[in-house]
Amino acid sequence: MKVKTGVLGIGLILLLAAGAVGQWLLPPLEVGAKDAPNDAGKSLLVLWKLSPSDTKGDKAVEGYQILRARSAEGPFEPVGTAAKGDTLFTDHVPQNGTDYYYKVRALGPEGVFAESETSGPAQSKAQWFNTERVNALLAVVILVSSILYFVYKAQSGRELYIRKIAGLEEVDNAVGRATEMGKKIVFCPGRLDMDNVQTIAAVLILGRVAKLAAEYDTKLEVPNVYSMVMVSCREVVKEAFLKAGKPDAYREDDIHYITQDQFGYAAAVDGIMMRDKPAAVFYQGAFFAESLLFAETGNSIGAIQIAGTAQPAQLPFFVVACDYTLIGEELFAASAYLSKEPRLLGSLKGQDVGKVFTMAAISLGVLLATLQTLGLFPREWVAAFANLFLVR
Amino acid sequence: MPGMVSLTLAGFLTLGIMSFVYKDNPIYKFCESIFIGVSAGYYFVLIFYQSLLPQLTDKIGLTGALTDSALAYYRQSGSLASVQWFNLIAAVLGMMMLMRLLPKIGWISRWPLAFVIGSIAGLKLIGELQTNIMTQIQKSILPLWAPQYVDGSLSLAASIGQSLTNIVLVGGILTGVIYFFFSKEHKGVFGGAARVGIWFLMVTFGAAFGLTVMSRMSLLIARIDFLLRDWLHLLG
Repeated sequence: MKVKTGVLGIGLILLLAAGAVGQWLLPPLEVGAKDAPNDAGKSLLVLWKLSPSDTKGDKAVEGYQILRARSAEGPFEPVGTAAKGDTLFTDHVPQNGTDYYYKVRALGPEGVFAESETSGPAQSKAQWFNTERVNALLAVVILVSSILYFVYKAQSGRELYIRKIAGLEEVDNAVGRATEMGKKIVFCPGRLDMDNVQTIAAVLILGRVAKLAAEYDTKLEVPNVYSMVMVSCREVVKEAFLKAGKPDAYREDDIHYITQDQFGYAAAVDGIMMRDKPAAVFYQGAFFAESLLFAETGNSIGAIQIAGTAQPAQLPFFVVACDYTLIGEELFAASAYLSKEPRLLGSLKGQDVGKVFTMAAISLGVLLATLQTLGLFPREWVAAFANLFLVR
Repeated sequence: MPGMVSLTLAGFLTLGIMSFVYKDNPIYKFCESIFIGVSAGYYFVLIFYQSLLPQLTDKIGLTGALTDSALAYYRQSGSLASVQWFNLIAAVLGMMMLMRLLPKIGWISRWPLAFVIGSIAGLKLIGELQTNIMTQIQKSILPLWAPQYVDGSLSLAASIGQSLTNIVLVGGILTGVIYFFFSKEHKGVFGGAARVGIWFLMVTFGAAFGLTVMSRMSLLIARIDFLLRDWLHLLG
């Protein structure tokens, strides 16, 4: 009896001592690891259930430490930490197809920790298809299908209607004015490289301007920021001169490189404008702080200026200082509008189908959301509809 | 002394470029030429050391001394072998681009050009679709009546304010898209909606104009501060 009482007493003292320094620190439970889905590999998800000591308001657990090893016996090395209350850690592993084992430690105050059982093995691998982006695939299929349909229609001889775009109507007039005045045309294809869609659109517009310039025997100068853009511009202009039947009039040096520096380029273009006094200046593509410097200089020499950009911050400057401005989407429509080529026209019409889908989706979503706030539609359904467009 | 010389040179070049405000002049031409020449040379060196060496020659083992970025990759992956082939493709495309320097086989340079433009168009399609269309649609799904609760009870003023915000936002987006619809003439109701759309755009441009002018003013102030404080020591 005395022995039993003694054991109980010692147990009680131990419990009280533990209570004095904090709580009992227990390890996290059910630790597991699996391949991270929908990725390019080399990632494993480590999951666990919270340590029973990890409760709200309790300071027994300060966080978790994740350890990894290539065999179940170890050695285990720390690969990262997770905050208190977290049950997930994404581990970026060195190799796909290799077995990895994990342990998770609950970290207590003053370096105390409680370690879980070993979990694994788990292997990472790359997925061919990201199932979370099915919505993007569907959108691409709709868009591309409609583009192909309209391209087919245009190529089979059907006339496709495109509304008037004022800025583009003036391209021919601007080139004609330069011809009448016997002055050159300056075309700036933006300040970004060929990996920007605005630059690609600008180069396509340049093709049309170059063709007109070749037909009218008007000099065309194209100062460039990037060598890739310069090369593309040279190809486009050369082809335009060939189409116009004047390959000998093509001068490669008129399409030249200046510098990649923003204001170095601005200083050079301003200098060209002040010295050569071109009759028409085109700013097509992506522009930044130099936009107003260009447009003001062009305005001061009395040149007709046609700008086109999708840079929202620069559009105001072009709108106030240029004669005509292609706003955003108009820049991308320009090549189709100017060339009337069936493939490009079909593409433009196909994009319009995309806009109809966009407007319909927003209108339907807004209607459902409004009905939901009036209590006429379930909240979950509205959220499910909005999530159709969620990009992960 | 070297600091004073560089400061004086910087001050002279700043004033030389600013002299363009008066009119084109020989000093501006001189400063412009220096600016273009120095920046073109600077970017050549920058691309050589930050792009060509670490991204190409180091990874395909042409250069002995690995740059920091190549070493960092090596430490992370334990191997350079996995990226070598891809970089060789880039090297071949780059070489093909240089073929334009030889007039007889200059046509070869069109192939890498076509590759770059085609692949960029494809890559951008997905990115633009996700960020500029799908995310935009998702964020635009807003109720036209948005009740707001303060301390658990309906606040009519806050609800009307939020509802007006949502109506302006949704209306602006829809009419803006209508303006950029090219398949139908801007006539009747459709034309009216397109006109509302362009008004929305112009109001936005006006706000952006004011904001950007303010930021340009701060750039000018910084430059004048350099001239008066750092160069001429006229400010304390």
